[in-house]
Amino acid sequence: MVWQTYFIEFSYLLASILFILGLKGLSHPETAKRGMHMAEFGMLMAIIGTLMHFEIVSYTWIIVGLLFGGLLGSAMGVWVPMTAMPQRTALSHAFGAFAAALVGIAEYYSYTHGFKPIADLDHVKMGAMGFEIMLGALTTTGSLIAFGKLQGIVPGQPLVYRGQNIFNMTLLLATIVLFVYLIFVPTAVIPFYIMLGLAFLFGILLVLPIGSADMPVVMSLLNSYAGLASAATGFVLGNNVLIIAGTLDGFSGFILSILMCRAMNRSITNVLFGAFGSVTTTTIEGAHGEMREVGLEDVAVQLAYANKVIFVPGYGLATAQAQHAVRELASVLENRGVTVKYGIHPVAGRMPGHMNVLLAEANVPYSQLYELEQINPEFPSTDVSVVIGANDVVNPDARDNPGSPIAGMPILEVDRSKSVVVLKRGQGKGFSGLENPLFFKPVTGMLYGDAKDTLTKLVSAVQHA
Amino acid sequence: MSWNIASFIFFEAAGVMTSPNIITALYVFALAAFLGYQVISRVPPLLHTPLMSATNAISGISLVGSIVIAGGTGPHHSKVAMILGFIAVVCSTTNVVGGFVITDRMLRMFKRKK
Repeated sequence: MVWQTYFIEFSYLLASILFILGLKGLSHPETAKRGMHMAEFGMLMAIIGTLMHFEIVSYTWIIVGLLFGGLLGSAMGVWVPMTAMPQRTALSHAFGAFAAALVGIAEYYSYTHGFKPIADLDHVKMGAMGFEIMLGALTTTGSLIAFGKLQGIVPGQPLVYRGQNIFNMTLLLATIVLFVYLIFVPTAVIPFYIMLGLAFLFGILLVLPIGSADMPVVMSLLNSYAGLASAATGFVLGNNVLIIAGTLDGFSGFILSILMCRAMNRSITNVLFGAFGSVTTTTIEGAHGEMREVGLEDVAVQLAYANKVIFVPGYGLATAQAQHAVRELASVLENRGVTVKYGIHPVAGRMPGHMNVLLAEANVPYSQLYELEQINPEFPSTDVSVVIGANDVVNPDARDNPGSPIAGMPILEVDRSKSVVVLKRGQGKGFSGLENPLFFKPVTGMLYGDAKDTLTKLVSAVQHA
Repeated sequence: MSWNIASFIFFEAAGVMTSPNIITALYVFALAAFLGYQVISRVPPLLHTPLMSATNAISGISLVGSIVIAGGTGPHHSKVAMILGFIAVVCSTTNVVGGFVITDRMLRMFKRKK
């Protein structure tokens, strides 16, 4: 027994405890920062512990890798704008999963090429390794496609073709069959690499048919897979801190996926295989009539003399980079004695919590950010609700029309307020392709134009009102 | 009995998962899953984005696995494995550092009152 072994194991134990305490801190914004510092310290200890590993032959590549990754990570961390947070997160899921897959491949290679005793590659180990590599590979490519969609490199609309689900299912089945075969015959090198290739391919095909509006669910699921891939790495290497951290990540993603699905009243299967928002599912009926366009001055007067105003942001706020402009308008209104609140739908934006981060960036105090259940009872007593680049999350059809494709989805009931102003780029439909009856209601006024531009103009208009 | 524990720790550190160890690993997994569920259900929607980037950074702990492989442990070690390990070290370090930096940056923005 070597002393380093105790040191390593102790550092891992400490890291595990600090990770859990760190996540516990996230239960409140006040304790979150301290929690994260604990987790960071835990990570540092685990890395130092690992560097003490008595078997390490050469530190060259380790140091180069740590430095290079550290630089890349800090550059990303410092410069990525808050509006690009979903893309950044998708990319980091890809990195994490890829690292897990690589560790698995390296281990398999070492066993099958005589660098480690092949006898140690038993069925259990092969099972864990297969999991690690399958999950790792499909999450890598899946996350890259999600990144592409969020960044606008890959078209955001669902890419669908006939027999898609059957093809994908067959692919998945083939991958699993190879996996099971490998558990029984771990030395089958060729099937191993075919399985790896199929898993990479499956990741691409899994995410391509999913529309941008469903990204919050996809992001959460990929988060979960990336975590589980790390946990599987822990099983392969026999490393408990990896199992713990990976499982925490995996379950966090899993819980978020469930919350996101609930917020859309859909099942995970429906999100993954429903190709929601594709042309086939958008039979438009219902909502007709005149949309009432309102002028900037009218809206300014309405806002200036209101008692209570609720802002409802959606993804349009992020694309228009209008978070600072909203905040400015809110300040002007507050100075006039208007009560200002923000209603945040769980799936507004492209990832869980997206809107909260954007508004926090613009210095909106979090005490003004309200969740769906908290804010809905307040709409009837609200003078003006301002919808900024949100559509489906305020579509009253979800509540009133049982035949609607989004029926049963909890919405922000802005149509109950005394007046609604919808800031919108043009007359287009939401991502689900549905007509929104809110826009045709008599209480609703449409204010067309770029959200940031409109809000900035409203600020000066309110000041002069 | 004490031999068992000693060999368990030794094998664990050496990176060998023997069959009895898988049971221990499954215990750890199951308990971490329950604990994770309890802890994470308490995170308010307000902090869901920081949660995602924090868990991302934390699961970058797979770095410790990558380090051991990139360092070429064991009496024999393969160049191929070391190169794969090196790439894995870069990927995980990017995640760890980037994830924590960005989580800190986000959390600093959340203020109760101006």
